[in-house]
Amino acid sequence: MDSLTAFATDNPCTWCPGCGNFGIWLAFKEAAVRQGWNNFNTVMVAGIGCHGHLLNFLGLTAFEGLHGRPIPVAAGIKMANPKLNVFVFTGDGDCLGEGGNHFIHAARRNHNLTVILHDNAVYALTTGQTSPRSPRGFKSKSTPEGNPADPLHPLPLAWAAGATWLARAYAGDLPALTELIIQANQHPGFAVIQVLQPCVAFNHVYTHEFFQKNTYLVGPNYDPTDAAAAWHKLQEWGEQKIPLGLLFAAKKPAYEDPLPRLTKNPPHRNLTPLLRRYR
Amino acid sequence: MSPFTFKIGGAAGFGIMSTGLTFSKLAARSGYQVFDYAEYPSLIRGGHNVMQTTVADKSVNSPRRSTNLLVALNQETVARHYHELTPGATLLYDKELVTNVADVPNGVHLIAVPLQHLAKAAGGTILMRNTVALGASVALLGGKLTLLVDLINEEFAAKSPEIKQKNQTAALAGYDYLRANYPNNITPILAPRRAPRSWVITGNEAAGLGALSAGMQFAAIYPMTPTSNILHFLAPLQPEFNFICQQPEDEIAAINLAIGASFAGARAMVATAGGGFSLMVEGYGLAGMTETPLVIIEGMRPGPATGLPTWTGQADLRFLLHAHQDEFPRLVLAPGDPQETFNLTRQAFNLAEIYQTPVVILLDKYLCESHWSAPDLPAEKFKIERGKLITRQLKNYRRYALSAEGISPRALPGSGNHILANSDEHNEAGYSEESAENRQQQMEKRMKKLVTCANNHLPSPRRYGPPEASTTIISWGSTKGPILDALPSLPDVNFIHLTWLNPFPAAALRPMLKSSQRVINIENNYSGQLQGLIAETTGISLKENLLKYDGRPFYPEEIIEFLTA
Repeated sequence: MDSLTAFATDNPCTWCPGCGNFGIWLAFKEAAVRQGWNNFNTVMVAGIGCHGHLLNFLGLTAFEGLHGRPIPVAAGIKMANPKLNVFVFTGDGDCLGEGGNHFIHAARRNHNLTVILHDNAVYALTTGQTSPRSPRGFKSKSTPEGNPADPLHPLPLAWAAGATWLARAYAGDLPALTELIIQANQHPGFAVIQVLQPCVAFNHVYTHEFFQKNTYLVGPNYDPTDAAAAWHKLQEWGEQKIPLGLLFAAKKPAYEDPLPRLTKNPPHRNLTPLLRRYR
Repeated sequence: MSPFTFKIGGAAGFGIMSTGLTFSKLAARSGYQVFDYAEYPSLIRGGHNVMQTTVADKSVNSPRRSTNLLVALNQETVARHYHELTPGATLLYDKELVTNVADVPNGVHLIAVPLQHLAKAAGGTILMRNTVALGASVALLGGKLTLLVDLINEEFAAKSPEIKQKNQTAALAGYDYLRANYPNNITPILAPRRAPRSWVITGNEAAGLGALSAGMQFAAIYPMTPTSNILHFLAPLQPEFNFICQQPEDEIAAINLAIGASFAGARAMVATAGGGFSLMVEGYGLAGMTETPLVIIEGMRPGPATGLPTWTGQADLRFLLHAHQDEFPRLVLAPGDPQETFNLTRQAFNLAEIYQTPVVILLDKYLCESHWSAPDLPAEKFKIERGKLITRQLKNYRRYALSAEGISPRALPGSGNHILANSDEHNEAGYSEESAENRQQQMEKRMKKLVTCANNHLPSPRRYGPPEASTTIISWGSTKGPILDALPSLPDVNFIHLTWLNPFPAAALRPMLKSSQRVINIENNYSGQLQGLIAETTGISLKENLLKYDGRPFYPEEIIEFLTA
């Protein structure tokens, strides 16, 4: 099975030609084929936004939840069945606007999840409003005079909250993104990949050209396990200085590690000893 | 015997609740049925706390308006409750703590016990005055001191032998003081009698026990009165019973966590109050749309917004019946006491899996936090039913396949089947689809579950009292308690109690209502939500309503007065 035809469904793809989602879709399929992710071992969870449509184009078991809520659904799945590979697909509005609280607390708890954050810095499915990732001055349907606020940077936020594996990728670099998705899945903790994803319809600032010009790969000499250095690296953003690659990695027990392992079927319980307390 | 009410009051933080519970257990172990009810404000120290226990030789389910023995640990208790004392009742107090008893009605026995002095003489702190008061109360009511000693040893099991000994000494001091100084006041209210043992539990504990009995595997609960005690009950039991109990960042996370766990195959629940449920509303519909089994325990309290956090009411019925946009099948059950809470919570986990949709257990503060005698909590036998659960890999598996009864085969992640649960309207395979034909088919499939449930599981409402009575009371949920306790004083009255609110037993109810000359609807809310529901589903418009919405439960006396006026 090759990654182009793997997990094919009969549904026509509904993303705009040139959309960054194609890169994420292809890289994930390539990673899945290489790693043997299938309907016996893997679940995808998505929120609402253009990213969520991915579940219709990929025949892997999935849960499409509510806007902003894929992380708690995924955490519930992982706690109930930690043997599954659980991937969260979420957008910048989904993850950082509507679902910001869940993102922070899932990072704090270090759930063993891979979060693929489709960051196009705009609300695209609702036809182009400003997002928590839109740059200051960004003109959109909701900010015709320009976005009056600075954007939120998800990786420093996740670092501060306690996430243990943070990376950034450009949706147009399939080999690098594929490699990061595989590594994120192998990391036993909360792993976030911020995928810089051009929206060809509604974001004319963060274009393919912009990302190709302004990003660079952190080289082999960069040490993502140096937390203080990583903290500084995570702040970098702007012309010619957007770092890509694995930016931070730390070891900490995953949230699921000490939890009870649930039985496959609901247990039949004898409450006799417990009931003695209520005499 | 006529029911006897013991009440103890004092400042918050002074152990009023645990002292009240010890009294309830003592009465239960002496062979009596008990009901207790606590009133407290939403703060930790300094407010006024009071707990009352009613003791009877038959079933008792509600607080009484009058008090037979009032134990006052401060002046405020007397000021607030002296009017509940009628001639023949007793006020037990410490002259150091209560200096003014001038308002106490004539004919009330005044018993002064130096509670603080005896506590200190026993080597303890003044907090042990509660134990002295219990010892004195046991003596006054002709109870058995050894039962109190057992309870003290159990309560302080984890503490040092010294603390146990001091408390025993304090209890004995109160007991002896009373017998030496007030021998003529002793009445045999708690004289041990032979009776089948029963459990003393709250609605919260009953819900937790029911969930455990049903094989619950995952609970996500954000603390909120009156259901926080479900979290406190479950959290320490995780290792012993192998389940996961989470306190997430908010109620939105709680319900989504539970939905995720349920999707993965775990029996899952959430518990909250109306305010927390307001946050869960989007998840309520998500469970309905994705057809994910889920048990939701909602403990009602009065008021929109923050309201009266620690008081009681029944005003969320319509909210639970209609919450979320559009329509989806939800089962709404409202038990009337801990025994029913245990049974219906157990059943709710089966119903959630059989119908693959959310099932609500509607409680309220009164039921959540009051202790009742529960005669029958089966510790073992429970048949777990998982409905159309598929464990093997099927060819062309479709999660939302159309079916005559509205229920599709449910496979679990990891089974090899491609499962797509989708909050978008979806086709049989789960893929997003917006065609008119598909929308109609999937909508009808989901809603058909309510018809199937009504056919297969909906019981007829239960009627208490003489079937041929000319007057009928109708109510739902926890108002059952005061109504049942009023019935013996109302010879020509029966009572229809509804525990199933959706699907609603309209067909069975209609003839029951028509056979009565006078029907009175009783509810703990402002607008008479059940009365509206009855009109809507049966076409019968009830003219008489007894409604209460002051944050307090009904007293049986109020119901008797209303019907005999």
